[in-house]
Amino acid sequence: MLAESPQRKLIAGGTDILVKMQHQPVVEQELLSIRKLTELKKIEKREDGTLVLGALVTFTQIANEPILQESVPALVDAAISMGGPQIRNMATLGGNVCNGATSADSASTLFVLNARLHLQSAEGKRVIPIREFYLGPGKVDLKKGEILTEIHIAPEDYRGFSGYYLKFAMRKAMDIATLGVSVACKVKDGRFDEVRIGLGVAGPTPLRCTEAEAYAQGKMMTAEVFAEIARRALTSTHARTSWRASKEYREHLVEELTQRALKVALHRAGGVYHV
Amino acid sequence: MFTTYKRISFKLNGQEVIWEVDVRKSLLEVLREKGLTGVKKGCGVGECGACTVLIDETPTDSCLYLAVWAEGKTIRTIEGIAKNGELTAVQQAFVEEGAIQCGFCTPGLVLTTTALAESGKDYTPDELKRELSGHICRCTGYQKIFSAAERSLGQEHHCACGHHHEE
Repeated sequence: MLAESPQRKLIAGGTDILVKMQHQPVVEQELLSIRKLTELKKIEKREDGTLVLGALVTFTQIANEPILQESVPALVDAAISMGGPQIRNMATLGGNVCNGATSADSASTLFVLNARLHLQSAEGKRVIPIREFYLGPGKVDLKKGEILTEIHIAPEDYRGFSGYYLKFAMRKAMDIATLGVSVACKVKDGRFDEVRIGLGVAGPTPLRCTEAEAYAQGKMMTAEVFAEIARRALTSTHARTSWRASKEYREHLVEELTQRALKVALHRAGGVYHV
Repeated sequence: MFTTYKRISFKLNGQEVIWEVDVRKSLLEVLREKGLTGVKKGCGVGECGACTVLIDETPTDSCLYLAVWAEGKTIRTIEGIAKNGELTAVQQAFVEEGAIQCGFCTPGLVLTTTALAESGKDYTPDELKRELSGHICRCTGYQKIFSAAERSLGQEHHCACGHHHEE
């Protein structure tokens, strides 16, 4: 049906698109609802450990799913931080990603988890890393007639990691992030074995702090190292001023919250850090 | 061509109904046009929770729910909560705690609290606040609403002064 007339817009949970349409009632838009595709509402862990989340999985489902609570707690943090209960009951993970917002609460964590997106069209299927999916603000690499079906997380991207998602907003609920920080770390012999940092609202799209990540590898967990990781995290950002916060304030948040999020992740891992 | 109207059947407050609905309209608009004006329109964009209804027992913002999606669902609105003019324990708790000021947020809050009470689960004060966080009360009577919800769930926290407080 999408191939027949690709100008149709897909609607899943509707919590973004129906809001947009409310604001622009003049625009005529044909919607194609995919909410009855029950095969896209599943969360499963495959035998090899790969986590598979259907595009229509809701945020409430993610928050309540024991498999995810155990394997990817940061994604559960992100799900709970999004909107309020009524929105979480409807909003879908696939919709959050395809909407293309830098503030999407799930996105920074999916960046950290190197999530792979399975896209399907009448012509065939392709799989791309989420980092290549975001092209710009509100712009994603979804071709005409294409639909996101599944989000995969490989075992090597979550096993042995401890993660945390920290959302900074003006309110505790029903708010859009001023900054979202998702971190994951692996510790070996009292040192960082691997650190991953994903940020939302620190640039036009969600992003990873590759320079900070490279620096952190093999470092001791000292206050100086935390501070240096945070400083280097800033080099990956392109924050801007909006009515929510100024560029300077967001940059301050990046430095401060990256450290806080890392400390919580370490704490979750049962680790001790020398701060 | 666009299909503009669609016939849908669903269960509304215990009754099977068959309605002809405009496919472009939200469930909120359709319910209100049918006279169920206990469903309130606040923001219309999913931020305030005034239009909350229970869809298959799940609290949902009816402003962001297309009416056609109601096909085959079980929907409860505030009109279907009291039975034969008798208030439920949840409604009674809202009255007794004085959890109603202008009343605009009340139908939605009663419905969400009803779903929580019927779930049979226990909620810590923090969890309960989170469950209620999708509702805005512009009279800002949150403490009384919270006390009413606690009372509804049989989870009151009393202290020596005789008032209800959160932990």
